[in-house]
Parts: sequence; C-alpha cells; structure tokens
Amino acid sequence: MNRIFKRSNVVFIGKTLLKLLVLLIALSIATFALVSISPIDPIEVYASGNLSMTVEQKISLEQKWGLNDPPVIRYFKWVSRLFQGDFGISIIYNVPVINVILDKVFLSVALMLTAWVLSGIIGFLLGIVAALNKGKLVDKLIKLWCLVLASSPTFWVGILMIMFFCVKLDWFPIGFAVPLGVNEQEVTLWDNIHHMILPAITLSLTGVSNITLHTREKLIQVLNSDFALFAFAKGQTKINFVKKHGVRNIILPAITVHFATLSELFGGSILAETVFSYPGLGNVAIQAGLRGDMPLLMAITIFSGVFVFIGNFTANLLYKIVDPRIGATNE
Amino acid sequence: MLVVKNLSLSFKMYDKGFRQRTVETIKDISLSVTEGEVVAIIGSSGSGKSLLAHAMFGILPNNAIVNGEMYFNNKLMTQEYIKSIRGKEMALVPQSVTYFDQLMPIGKQIVENNVTKEAQRKAFKRYGLTLKDEKLYPYELSGGMARRALISTAVASGAKLIVADEPTPGLSEELGKEVLQNFKELADEGCGVLLITHDIDLALQFSDRIYIFYDGTVVDHIKTEHFLSGNIIGEYAKALYHALPQNGFSL
Repeated sequence: MNRIFKRSNVVFIGKTLLKLLVLLIALSIATFALVSISPIDPIEVYASGNLSMTVEQKISLEQKWGLNDPPVIRYFKWVSRLFQGDFGISIIYNVPVINVILDKVFLSVALMLTAWVLSGIIGFLLGIVAALNKGKLVDKLIKLWCLVLASSPTFWVGILMIMFFCVKLDWFPIGFAVPLGVNEQEVTLWDNIHHMILPAITLSLTGVSNITLHTREKLIQVLNSDFALFAFAKGQTKINFVKKHGVRNIILPAITVHFATLSELFGGSILAETVFSYPGLGNVAIQAGLRGDMPLLMAITIFSGVFVFIGNFTANLLYKIVDPRIGATNE
Repeated sequence: MLVVKNLSLSFKMYDKGFRQRTVETIKDISLSVTEGEVVAIIGSSGSGKSLLAHAMFGILPNNAIVNGEMYFNNKLMTQEYIKSIRGKEMALVPQSVTYFDQLMPIGKQIVENNVTKEAQRKAFKRYGLTLKDEKLYPYELSGGMARRALISTAVASGAKLIVADEPTPGLSEELGKEVLQNFKELADEGCGVLLITHDIDLALQFSDRIYIFYDGTVVDHIKTEHFLSGNIIGEYAKALYHALPQNGFSL
C-alpha cells in the first residue's frame, strides 16, 4: 500500500483539487449566465399562482431576491455569500437551499447508486458471458439486447415499465418515494425500497449495454492475447483463466467506462425521476429551472459537478491501484 | 517421445466477398524428439515454425485446420489428450515477456494448475532468481531475467518435453549462449527439448540434430555433428552450409 501514499501522489491530489476549483468556477459562471439570459421571470412565475399580488408587492419581492442588480454584481454577491457557507434562499420553497438539497439528496443518491451498481455488475457479468461464448447464440442474444437498450430513451423505457409492472401486473407502486396517505412515521424502509426498485432498474438499463459491450470486447481481446495463449499452453482452463487473469485485465477499463457514465447517470436520473414522480434532486432541478429559482439551480449544478468530478477522480485513483505500471515512477 | 507424422496446417480465410480460401502454412512435415536430446528446427522468421508449437499445445486459432498425426509417448495427440498433458508432461517456453500477464507478479503466474509454490521457488533458485524477484511485475524484468523466468515456468512444471519457441532473439551472444546452455542441461537431465529458432549459429552449438525448415516444410534433416564437419548429403543443407560466413559465404 506504500505506493498510494507517496509524495508524487500528494502533488497529484493537490493538482486535482486545483482542477476541481477551476471547474466549479467555470461551471457556476456558465450556469449563472444561462439562467440570467433565460426568458423566465421568477417574479411572474411566482405571481402566476397568486393573482391578487400588487405591483408594490412584486417590486418588494424583486428587492428581496436582489433581482435589480446587474448580473455580474449578482454573481459576485452569490459567490461572497457562498464563501460564508450560504447557498441562499430557494425562491420556490422559501427555505434555505441547503435544506432543500439535504432533504432530497438522500433519495437521489440512493437511486443513482443502486442503478449504478446494478448496471455495473449486470453489465460486467453479461459481457463476460458474451465473450466466452463469442459467435454463439448466447452472445448474439446479449448483443441484440444491448443494442435495443442502448437505443431506447430512459423516459420511454420508464413509461413501458410503469405500463407493464405497475398497471398490468401491479407489482410496484406507480410513483413517488413513499405510499400516499400514510403518516411519515409509519413509512418503513421497505416502502422506500419498494418505490425505488422500478426507477432504479429503469435507470440502470441504459448503462448496462454500455458496460456489457465494452467488457465483451476487452475480454475477447485478452483471450486472444499472447499471455492467454501461454496460459492455455500451461494447461489453464478458460474459466480459471478468466477468474485469475481475465477479470484483473478487464476490470480497469470497465471501471473507467463505468465511472465516466456517472455524468450520464445524473442526466438519466432527472428523466427517470420525472417519469416516476420520484421526489429527488432531479425533480427539484426541473422545478428550479422552470420557475427561475436561481439559488437552488446553482446549488444543484455545483453539487452535480462535484458528484461527476468525484466519479472521474475515483477512476483515476483506481487506475494506480489496479495497474502498477501507471503508478510506477523512477526511484 | 514426440513423433510428428505428415503434419499439415492450413487456415480458412475469406477472399473478396464471401469466397472462402484455404492457405497452407505448414506442408507435410515429419519429425521426432527423444529423451535426452536437443532437436532444433531452424528456418527464417515468419516461416510458420511457431505454428507447429501452437499445434502441439492446442492453441491454434479457430480457423486452423490440422491434418496428419502427432504422437506423444506413442499415444495419438487428440485435442483431449493435449489438454491433459500440456503444462504437465510438456511445456512451452514462449518468445518473450509479453507472454506473461502484465498485471500480476511473475511468481504468482507460475504457480498455476499443478505447479506448487515449492516447485516455482526451486526453479527460481536454479536460475538465480531470488524471493524478491518473484514479486516483480513483468515490465520490471531485465531481458536476461525474463528469459530465466520463462524457462523457470517450464522447469517448475516438471515437464519431460520442452518446446522453446524462439528463445534467443534480442539477446546478446553471451546471454543467448547462457539460455541455450540451460536447455542443453535440461536435455542432459533426460528431457526432450525441441528448439524452434532462426539463429543457426547458436542452434549448431547446442543441438544434437537439426531440421531445416523452409517455405512451410522440412527440407533437410541432419545430425549436427555431420553438418559441422561438412559431411552433408542433402542439397539444401549443403547450400546452407556453404552460405555460412565461416564456410566461405558462397551463395
């Protein structure tokens, strides 16, 4: 484990954090600029649900939300508050943004993590099965299945899932994260899981094809490599070879691909959450966008940026552990 | 120990469109290896010599067609029989370090199937590799160490027939001699060694018999001592003898 705690690694982590900072600055500026030029006026959206609002009330709201300043000033005000740990007040929920996020983040992360792990494991196993049976019927079926999944949009798969499993078979609830009309204290963990299964499967499906096809390709490559030939000449069986050498050689690229899909996962979760009316961050992000809730949208963007960054960064760190050649330096 | 009778090897390939065509790479070769001798197959690079070794170990690609017969200890080498003896009765020593898994220390790779840790350590000790060396990754090995690690693989398996596929390219003359000396020692201990090489000089120094391989077939078969003394009957061998720098370089 000494490899991991070297001085060069400390430098590496420092550089990475610097990159994260630059990324977040760029991300916040881009988001802020896009929301600023969007035609959605938060006051009008807010007022549309409340016809009795007077002009004076609207003006005082404008003052309260700080909408009178030019965008650049507003951006720097937002940044300076952020450095004090204040993400601002959400316009649509009228509570601190951080509370909204903390309230929803658990549901979303649980959903995405389940989907991510599920698609990783299923995809990896399917890829191995396909590669071992290359050219046979099993392989062809798996490939067909992957192509069908890869070309079906998440929301459409979600709707089909609801039609089949919820309406027709009645196995799962149609939407939301908890049963309707039940007190919060009476909601069990099983209720939460039961509501999450279908969105999680839907979300994982599109990721499966990616990782399956990738694993299949890599394992076929490994099975045709010199060292595979040598292993077979030494009397190794195909199954044992995959267990001992195959997995070790293909897990690295598989991890890379899978961590890189974290960003797609975030996008997919917004669609899946919408289809299943699942009250996670994705749904909140849509509301924030539609109703011009700048502080909330900024916070969610920053959060997703950090999330995706951590994904890619973890992949980078894992390379060093799995492949000794990457971590090697002249010592 | 090993007898190859009229072995031919061809590959199914696709021409333009869907017309299938077979390409013959090895034509009708016969050879034998007995206990205690080093038999060398010499021929130019890319003439298909390695495919012979691959056929013996059952690791040819799927589109290969094998005709003819191979016998190991008087038993016909069917695919099942090959599977039961490879790595146990016969061992392959491959060309280079790329035949190791790059992501695993070499010691762990040698201890596979029927090879025990003790056998691997004993083989390492024999070739001057230490306990520290077995924790090295293939990319960390020097050229000489890689050769010794590869030959350790065969020795640790306890195989009686050892097939060395191009064991010397890229090595200095000294190191090449050391490698072949190792194979010679194994033969002296009673193993049969089949040496596949394009290095005529080294092969002549360490082998008992040579097969001259040209254009996919064996054109001549001669005892090494006869070849060295110029006591040659075959036309091709004679021409090869006279083409060697020490014998006049004449073509």
